Amino acid sequence: MTYMKKPSVRHPDLPKNELGLTRRDYEGLVSTLCAGCGHDSISAAIIEACFELDLPAHRLAKLSGIGCSSKTPTYFLNRSHGFNSVHGRMPSIATGANLANRDLIYLGVSGDGDTASIGLGQFCHAVRRRINMVYIVENNGTYGLTKGQFSATNDKVSQSKKGEANLFEAFDLCTLAIQLGAGFVGRGFSGDKGQLVPLIKAALRYNGFAFLDIISPCVTFNDHEASTKSYGYVRAHNEAMDRLDFVPKLQEITAQYEEGETTSVPMHDGSMMRLHKLDKDYDPRDADNALAILRKRYERGQVVTGLLYVDDDEADLHELLNTTKEPMNAVPMSELCPGSGELEKINKDFR
Amino acid sequence: MKRSFDFVIKFANVNGSGSASANLLFAKSLFRMGLGVVPKNIFPSNIQGLPTWYEVRVTQAGRTARRDGVDIMVAMNAQTYSQDIAEITAGGYLMYDSSLPRPFSRKDITILGMPIARMCAEVYERPRERQLFKNVVYVGALTALLDMDFDVVKQAVYDRFDGKDHLIGPNIKALEMGREYALKNFDCPLPIRVKPGKGDKDRIMVTGNEAAALGCVYAGATVAAWYPITPSTSLAEAFERHAKRLRVDKDGKRQVAVIQAEDELAAIGMVIGAGWNGVRAFTSTSGPGISLMSEFMGLAYFAEVPLVLFDVQRGGPSTGMPTRTQQSDITTCAYASHGDTKQVLLFPADPKECFDLTVEAFDLAERLQTPVIVMSDLDIGMNEWVTKPLEWDDARAHDRGKVMDAEMLDRVEYFGRYWDVDGDGIPYRTLPGTHPSKGAFFTRGSSHDNFATYTEDGEVNAENLDRLTRKFATAANFMPKPVIRKSGRSSKLGIINFGSTEPAVREACELLAREGYKLNTMRLRAFPFGKQVTRFADQHERIFVVEQNRDAQMRSLLMTEAGIPGEKLVPVLNYDGMPLTAEWVKNQIEAVIETDKSVAAAMQLSMRAM
Repeated sequence: MTYMKKPSVRHPDLPKNELGLTRRDYEGLVSTLCAGCGHDSISAAIIEACFELDLPAHRLAKLSGIGCSSKTPTYFLNRSHGFNSVHGRMPSIATGANLANRDLIYLGVSGDGDTASIGLGQFCHAVRRRINMVYIVENNGTYGLTKGQFSATNDKVSQSKKGEANLFEAFDLCTLAIQLGAGFVGRGFSGDKGQLVPLIKAALRYNGFAFLDIISPCVTFNDHEASTKSYGYVRAHNEAMDRLDFVPKLQEITAQYEEGETTSVPMHDGSMMRLHKLDKDYDPRDADNALAILRKRYERGQVVTGLLYVDDDEADLHELLNTTKEPMNAVPMSELCPGSGELEKINKDFR
Repeated sequence: MKRSFDFVIKFANVNGSGSASANLLFAKSLFRMGLGVVPKNIFPSNIQGLPTWYEVRVTQAGRTARRDGVDIMVAMNAQTYSQDIAEITAGGYLMYDSSLPRPFSRKDITILGMPIARMCAEVYERPRERQLFKNVVYVGALTALLDMDFDVVKQAVYDRFDGKDHLIGPNIKALEMGREYALKNFDCPLPIRVKPGKGDKDRIMVTGNEAAALGCVYAGATVAAWYPITPSTSLAEAFERHAKRLRVDKDGKRQVAVIQAEDELAAIGMVIGAGWNGVRAFTSTSGPGISLMSEFMGLAYFAEVPLVLFDVQRGGPSTGMPTRTQQSDITTCAYASHGDTKQVLLFPADPKECFDLTVEAFDLAERLQTPVIVMSDLDIGMNEWVTKPLEWDDARAHDRGKVMDAEMLDRVEYFGRYWDVDGDGIPYRTLPGTHPSKGAFFTRGSSHDNFATYTEDGEVNAENLDRLTRKFATAANFMPKPVIRKSGRSSKLGIINFGSTEPAVREACELLAREGYKLNTMRLRAFPFGKQVTRFADQHERIFVVEQNRDAQMRSLLMTEAGIPGEKLVPVLNYDGMPLTAEWVKNQIEAVIETDKSVAAAMQLSMRAM
């Protein structure tokens, strides 16, 4: 079906959000990924999250590297500018773009090859610099476009489709992100939209580096019996730490939870995250605890999901650099160029 | 020895011993006396303990080239005594620290021994001071030996330590100690001495990196991302220093962001992201960084993202000679990245031009929506040059190129990012966040159509590549013109040069003219080449192409891109890492004129025509 153009006809009764836009207004081109690809579910979740948040799509920029995951920004948010950069280098593009205009929302989409191998260095430094962005890894443990090589997030116990053994331990990107100081770290599963949409919404509203590792099975190369990134395996071993509700600014909190099991995390823009605890060991504000849970549960073969760590008071790069409040690309040249008088003074210093 | 006012003095020091500051004081004082001063720092890739030299040619105002030979050697490094002494021209002078006197075998030079270490030990308490002020003591002695205006030297100390007043006294004391010792013990002044000049008082002394950094400030650059690498580091650091002072808004916040990236790949990635998002952004690097940036250079070329890149060239290949100068990145920069990629290059020849061409580079990058590489080198970038003052015309408007705002988008039916509406190969771009429903597109390094949509249609891709060729042809019209100097009017012999070879080539032409060889010169300032370049080639039978690399890279570029026949272009190549001297250029050219029959014939032709 991928050769077909999407019809532009809209049903008149499609529900509209605050901006008067329908879900269709947040869509992109028809996906060219394999039927059943987890990545398409993530694209759908991004569309849903942006629609529900009433985001003006043109105020969001979508950025990616190279690979199946990095193709997906074509399949959502047609009204947003996009940048499909080079392999593993999306973080640096995002950093520069963010410096130029701090007012836009930056959504980076990457894969496990793009982030955990060729782009590992740039990923680490983007976290370290506290870029205010959402960084999604669509994690399937395999190199799809080049036909099924292991990636660095493929678990050691997880064989290839052809039965080859994987010799090396996997990187756990959530563990890495927490260690590097990411202020918002979550893991989702492309097969659980109910969990994923609130996670993406909260990440989009988070001020700072929001990281989402989303397990997204590759139906063609890594969805078999021996894989730990298959739909079947993740469904059977998914350990959700919490149930997240994202409550927009000014909206009344209606969900009811049992006393003592719910945490509220205020967001920068006045909205609120409500975290309903599903696991007695879990504490989303304790990085050490999150790291311990990730490690222990991994040893048990479990896939820990949910919002794993949040720091609601982290300074982003602009705050660290003390840059102007206005977008840098809006500062007029008249303010940026010091003029001839100043240059006269500077010349004096060279005499 | 007969009197001489054009001489070379060389300081042999140990790096990390504080000599750089004293040597600069010496050069700056001479500059302020209205003389021509050509200082060259010949330093090791090292922090402390290895040999380092500082060479100063003192000459008439206006000259900026090195000169062969060393007339006075100030030998402060026992490790290099033998080589330093061997370098001195017959009849020259050796000044050395005679705290431990030693014999010297050369009888054709005058030895000036001064117990510098002992003098310092008697006056200064702390070991570091004893070390540092040794350098100032020899400068003091030189003021007497060379008949320098002592008040000018003292004033230079006051200015240097303005705000650190406690350092002024000890420095003046060291100067006076050296001066008094020289006056008492040597026959001052030497026949080699300075003749106070009427040099243009308006001139400044500055490094190319500092001037280029100021160019970035004046061009309105707000994002700089860089990775430390000699010899480009001081450019990024100077930008940060000036921008932190000059770019503060009413709330005390900075209108600039400087990022020291994790590597050169990230540095240029950030610059591309920033340029894509509508600010002026740059990075600075040298050869190894260029190699690392090449993939991104291709993306910026193909996706048409403006950026400015400084390549402060150093000796290659590989790590090469990080602290020596070369012009050996021409080919790699002209075609930086895989596939059919071509980049715009600018070639500043001195710090003043570093400033001017930097400002120009940002305009060109945005007008052409492509990377512009400013091809500086270690000699221009890191050495202090005497040059015309930096100038800014307040009426000058920055050219931001073809960017459509919301209002323009509302007026058009539809928008195609790579649509050649004007027929000049330059399409219109939009910035993210401009319009709620129009103008969005997907920037990509993969093949794309006029609407930036991915395509595997070979014809569409070929059309796009052809448009990029058209754009490059348009670019040639915007480039700074070459500087042509006709000394021989109808001479059939010419020289083509570019960048930091200019002072040596210019002086060499004067030397050649004195021997009856009149050559016209053309100094290239940009690639792609314009019509002037082919015209100059047409007008001359033989053209010497002077450049600092082994493989005659500019000559090849002229052959390939300007279609100049190779037999017309005689390579004159130097790649020892040192700035050229006029004598060297002259000797090379003269040797060819005298031995190569075809060149001699061209020479005859010129003579007859004159």
